[in-house]
Amino acid sequence: MLSGADERMVRRAAREVRAGMTVNLGIGYPTLVVDYLEPGLPVCMHSENGISGQGPALPFEQADRNLIDAGGAYVSTLPGTAFFDSAVSFALVRGGRLDLSMLGALQVAANGDLANWIIPGKYTPGVGGGIELAQKACRVVVLCTHLDKRGQSKIVAQCDLPLTAPACVDRVYTDMAVIDVTDTGMVLREIAAGLSVDEVIAATAAPLLIDENELATF
Amino acid sequence: MINKRTSIEEAIAKIGDGAVVMVGGFGVPGTPFTLIEELVRQNPRRLTIIKNDANEAGMGVDHLLRNGQVERLVVSHIGLNPHAIQLKNEGRIEVEFCPQGILAERIRAAGAGLAGFLTDIAMETLLAEGKPRVELDGEEYLVERALEADFALIHAHAADPFGNLTYAASARNFSPLMAMAADTVIVEAENMVALGGIAPEAVHTPGPFVDHVVELQELSEAYGVVRR
Repeated sequence: MLSGADERMVRRAAREVRAGMTVNLGIGYPTLVVDYLEPGLPVCMHSENGISGQGPALPFEQADRNLIDAGGAYVSTLPGTAFFDSAVSFALVRGGRLDLSMLGALQVAANGDLANWIIPGKYTPGVGGGIELAQKACRVVVLCTHLDKRGQSKIVAQCDLPLTAPACVDRVYTDMAVIDVTDTGMVLREIAAGLSVDEVIAATAAPLLIDENELATF
Repeated sequence: MINKRTSIEEAIAKIGDGAVVMVGGFGVPGTPFTLIEELVRQNPRRLTIIKNDANEAGMGVDHLLRNGQVERLVVSHIGLNPHAIQLKNEGRIEVEFCPQGILAERIRAAGAGLAGFLTDIAMETLLAEGKPRVELDGEEYLVERALEADFALIHAHAADPFGNLTYAASARNFSPLMAMAADTVIVEAENMVALGGIAPEAVHTPGPFVDHVVELQELSEAYGVVRR
């Protein structure tokens, strides 16, 4: 179950997804976004293992043993679903046909650098399709907790973990804030209800540009 | 058109020590569990395995790892198999990670008779280390080498005796690419159909790429839904 703050983050991030988009949802919080989309919204969900137009996840009793998404969940087809091989799947990503990629993060830097695949010596599962999704989707947004398990900000001036891709992130949704990456730096757009701007600043290890008049809550 | 039906023992016996073997599948769908089981039984050593992932602990490729047959893995990730991560961390196997689409494209390139290709993917990451760089029209690119193999092990939904294949749903993944990129392509088929049993426009892998077709007599539990 999601905590209240995490649930608000995922619900807010779901508004990124617009009619007509082709969208890839990464493992973790991004996967949950699908539950918060407006019913009937005409979007095309892509999965790296060779699916466009992926349908909702299914319980084990109804699962097709041959139909999983890239995260290993059993999923379904919809009218309009297509299957293809892994080369075609990443041609779609690199070729500019993926409108939106939603990814998790270990660190996001002020210039949009993303680190989300390796903690040397500790966490080395391999990158999967993460580099291409980060580097080539038309728009890249990150969903992550604002702080890591040790209470350190995941929003940093510079990543000290190895990069997934440089300067690739357009926007970050956390349990505390919505932050845009712009040419002049990170701009705080929205803060979670119940938090003060000072609390968000204190929890963030990167400089934030703020226009108090424009600031919304979510 | 010739009949490529082969016994599983005869087909897998061609794989010797030190062979480079591509294995289709992404997670369970498309993993040729029965061919892998026979590869464990016949026990060639020092294998290089090229696969998207290392399955999960106790499944598929993990049986080859547990049997000590694997020297090197070329994969995009092994996150669902803690045992594979442990072997890697202990230095008991070598693991080469490739971005998933680059892995697919390297395999496709080999199958298409190309030496490699140029890309900007992963240029500023650890995965670019040691890869040649070239400049083309003022832009810098990594050179990604084609990835070929001695053998490919493929699971098909249906096959005819000539080796025309179809794949089910998300079980297609790397299989059509690997079926083009290996010197010897061995297929296990859930359903054997007569020549003409697959409509020409429905063929996913054309028969000329395939060398041996093994009919599956039954599907083991490994092919079923995994209740995590």
